[in-house]
Amino acid sequence: MSTATKTIAPRKRERSRIKSPYPTWFYIPAGVFYLVLFLVPTGASLYFALTRWSIFDVEFIGIDNFVQFFQEPSLVKGFVNTFFYAFVTSGLKVVLGLLLGVLLTSQIIARGFLRSVVFFPVLVSTIGVGVTFKVLLDPFDGLLNGALATIGIEGPGWLTDPAWALFSVALVDVWKGVGLATLIYIAGIVAIPQEYYEAARVDGASGFQNFRFITLPLSRPATVTVIILSLIGGLRSFDLIWTMTRGGPGFTSDVIASVIYKQYQAGFYGLSTAGNVVLIVVVAAIVVPVSIWLNRKGAEA
Amino acid sequence: MSGINRVKPRGVIVGVVAIVLATVVFIVPFVFIFLTAAKGQTEASLLQFSWPTEWLLLDNVREVLETRDGILVRSFVNSAVLTVVSVAIMVVLAAMVGYVLQRRQSRWNPLVNMLVLAGLIIPPAVVPTIWVLQGLGIFKTLPGLIAVHIAFGLSFCILLFKAFVATIPRELDEAALIDGAGPLRLFFSVVFPLLRSVIVTVIVVQSVTVFNDFTYALYFLPGEENSTVQLTLYNFQSQGLNQWSLLFTDVLLITVPPLIMYIFFNRQIVAGMTSGAVKG
Repeated sequence: MSTATKTIAPRKRERSRIKSPYPTWFYIPAGVFYLVLFLVPTGASLYFALTRWSIFDVEFIGIDNFVQFFQEPSLVKGFVNTFFYAFVTSGLKVVLGLLLGVLLTSQIIARGFLRSVVFFPVLVSTIGVGVTFKVLLDPFDGLLNGALATIGIEGPGWLTDPAWALFSVALVDVWKGVGLATLIYIAGIVAIPQEYYEAARVDGASGFQNFRFITLPLSRPATVTVIILSLIGGLRSFDLIWTMTRGGPGFTSDVIASVIYKQYQAGFYGLSTAGNVVLIVVVAAIVVPVSIWLNRKGAEA
Repeated sequence: MSGINRVKPRGVIVGVVAIVLATVVFIVPFVFIFLTAAKGQTEASLLQFSWPTEWLLLDNVREVLETRDGILVRSFVNSAVLTVVSVAIMVVLAAMVGYVLQRRQSRWNPLVNMLVLAGLIIPPAVVPTIWVLQGLGIFKTLPGLIAVHIAFGLSFCILLFKAFVATIPRELDEAALIDGAGPLRLFFSVVFPLLRSVIVTVIVVQSVTVFNDFTYALYFLPGEENSTVQLTLYNFQSQGLNQWSLLFTDVLLITVPPLIMYIFFNRQIVAGMTSGAVKG
């Protein structure tokens, strides 16, 4: 199409008006939203991160915000926690999602029912889940510690003990998100050709060998998708943590996204934006190499 | 041999164990929400997993809807408008991009593909977005939040549309062009109707996402009186009122729309959320 427009020079004007049935201006309406509300703010954040910015004025201060971000213990804690939260949730979603995926593609009763039950929390509002589990995990009146007490275990203060708070929220995140991982694994496992399993049966392979040498390697695309999706979600995670602990006790369960909100609330817009830039860099620096690496390894295999 | 006969005895045992575990882990929390929402206030404040002595679910629903002059009703209207308008615009705009992106090879394609992926991965810069919205005069307004959702949701929709347009034969386009259709007619009267199944998927998945969104509402449409259902629930919770029965009635109410979606569009939701699982 483009070579044709070049060679017929005299009729170029006329042709360019009807040259393609797929007009480039179809990009424009979507592009306007994307440009104005995504690209411009992202670009502007690179400047505002270098300023002391309040309701009243903007003052350029260089990299002071970033220095503060990596010096103040409460902010550094949020930085470290972000990685912990993302890796714990992705790891558990991969392991549990794979096990549930294998279970829910095997010949068991009530498979459809179980799939629906595992998946439904994915669709429920995060705030609703947070409110509910905050009550269920209450150290004194909560259902979980009540149940543990009946079998003689004294449960920890899930959300009130600094050592547990972030991990507890991560577990609730897994509870809510494992259904999506399971669904992705089910789609991946169902796509594995049955011939492999038949050949393995002829060779007398055990159930575990089937899993180890057929299901596990061939569901690799599903693993890649689950890891990348949960890393993106986990690194940016905000709403569940904010509903359940507000980053507390103290700042022990803060993550970058909650630091951004706290600094914004306090009126430190420059510092908040610096946190945002750090988050953008963290997400890009982890997700892009991981996805390139996982996809390349997959191509070699 | 019907499917049920192939289930071996071991499958029955494993299935029963799985049902018990799934019930404890996944169903008990929902039953807890329901039971607490049906209790009276004193009983609910014990936070126990028990049968209500008196069923007050309807009274609780009425009371929570009447709280503060129907703030919850207003937020439900807001959430409905937000969801419908933003998803409708998102679908049309994303379909246009996905269609041209798949059909036309040009030097813009690598750039557009990269921007789409960036929109999927990069977390939005919130305070500068507020700055832009203020400049446009739509900060703290429903149209502002709608625009934000469109901008942030486009990428996911474009990917789905692009993949689906590839399955529509080009011969169809050519036939329509020979019949004298222009680019607009070709897209809106010929191609767009053929996208129906993926459109349903996109609508369902994005509706649930937009309806459940909390973070963007918190930043871009803050306030007590005129917000979305998620923000109203958050405000109820953070005001620390110990009216647990009303709080859980609210949780129950905002769980109903996704539940209805799931019952009717189970297949589309699954298709949309697992897209890319097989090819990676």
